[in-house]
Amino acid sequence: MRTVNIKTISDAVYAAAMKAGVELTSACRQALESAYLKEDEGAARFALGELIKNSDVAREKQMPVCQDTGMAVVLLEIGNEVFLEGAPLNEAVNDGVRRAYKDGYFRKSVCDPITRKNTADNTPAAIHTEIVAGDKIKLTFMPKGFGSENMSALYMLKPAQGVEGIVDAIVSTVKNAGSRPCPPVYVGVGIGGTFDGCAFLAKKALTRDVGTRSQRADVAAIEERALERINALGIGCQGFHGRVTALGVSCEWAPTHIAGLPVAVNVQCHCVRCVKEEI
Amino acid sequence: MKKLDLPLSKERIKELHAGDSVLLSGTILTARDCAHKRMAEYLAEGKELPFALKGAFVYYAGPCPAKPGMASGSCGPTTSARMDAFAPGLLDLGLGGMIGKGEMSAEVADALARNTAVYFAAIGGAGALYGNAIKKSECIAFDDLLSEAVYRLEVEDFPAVVAMDCHGGNIYH
Repeated sequence: MRTVNIKTISDAVYAAAMKAGVELTSACRQALESAYLKEDEGAARFALGELIKNSDVAREKQMPVCQDTGMAVVLLEIGNEVFLEGAPLNEAVNDGVRRAYKDGYFRKSVCDPITRKNTADNTPAAIHTEIVAGDKIKLTFMPKGFGSENMSALYMLKPAQGVEGIVDAIVSTVKNAGSRPCPPVYVGVGIGGTFDGCAFLAKKALTRDVGTRSQRADVAAIEERALERINALGIGCQGFHGRVTALGVSCEWAPTHIAGLPVAVNVQCHCVRCVKEEI
Repeated sequence: MKKLDLPLSKERIKELHAGDSVLLSGTILTARDCAHKRMAEYLAEGKELPFALKGAFVYYAGPCPAKPGMASGSCGPTTSARMDAFAPGLLDLGLGGMIGKGEMSAEVADALARNTAVYFAAIGGAGALYGNAIKKSECIAFDDLLSEAVYRLEVEDFPAVVAMDCHGGNIYH
């Protein structure tokens, strides 16, 4: 058994949140650069160039890349040989989020769903824990903006709709979103599982680096096919028309029921922010 | 790339076409949902607005808290369509144009043509770049609305694209 003081988790969340707010993932940055090269002279290319500059300014000045510093999504894979000592885990995570959003001058964007009253410190975080083998803790911190979250969708397809149905669901979600989620987008897709689990798979897919492929060949083929069709839509950066409407499509899957085919599509804007740490 | 100094003359506005990339310098006013609602209330009651609209450019944004020593925090555009209901009336009162994100309505397009005004799209997600292009920021009205109050910003080389021009051109079409 390895003992980890809960303060270690809180501090790791704090550090990850501070970094995530001001820095794109290096895979996202590379994807933006390659998108810039793919576009012809025009508004979409101009906007991509400005987004690349924006990520430089944000890192240099330690300013939020985007003013929507999001809801804090925290994934924790905790080894079954770890003993967490101290305050409850959720309290520790929220403490890290609270401190980071204050010290980083990040926008506080979390509110009550009915009264709309702001919680004023960006808590609570959306926390997902998983118990895995080993004595390590893997922390993933992803601030999630809502311009793109609002464009996400979940479909309960018929099993007969198969692969074509899955690809259609992904493409039509991005098409309907148009310029609203701040394209070029990164599309996280959940395939299978239950209604709730499928949505989580889609979120988890977004924690993968943009441009990576599923290790399963038939799932990787869905990612490639969907990306190709999305980019054929011609929406382009900011809806200014262009070749790159999505930077990537990542699919995560799980076994499902014989009667169903859940597909969740979680849309992420071009501002992919995700920090991973091992404790 | 066109460098433009705000405010813009009608002749200058006529030279702008949807798709043109521009860098804006000068004074702009921020206003988003709540500030527009407040302006509409003032106008409905026949009260004078606490700032001049004539020739002004309004930026649909709510600045984030500024770090010490900086004029503004990250400050990218918000979705303009939420201001569709207000923009035509303000344009008829002399507003020079708007800066925001995403397409605006056909009624807004008509009002742009009628008043020789222009709608610029700022780049969504480029919050740090815009925060850095803001050299001065001062709250000039409705301070009770906090980040949704009206701020007068001095900007330098603020990147934008002509989204809807006064000739009916629309980049989203």
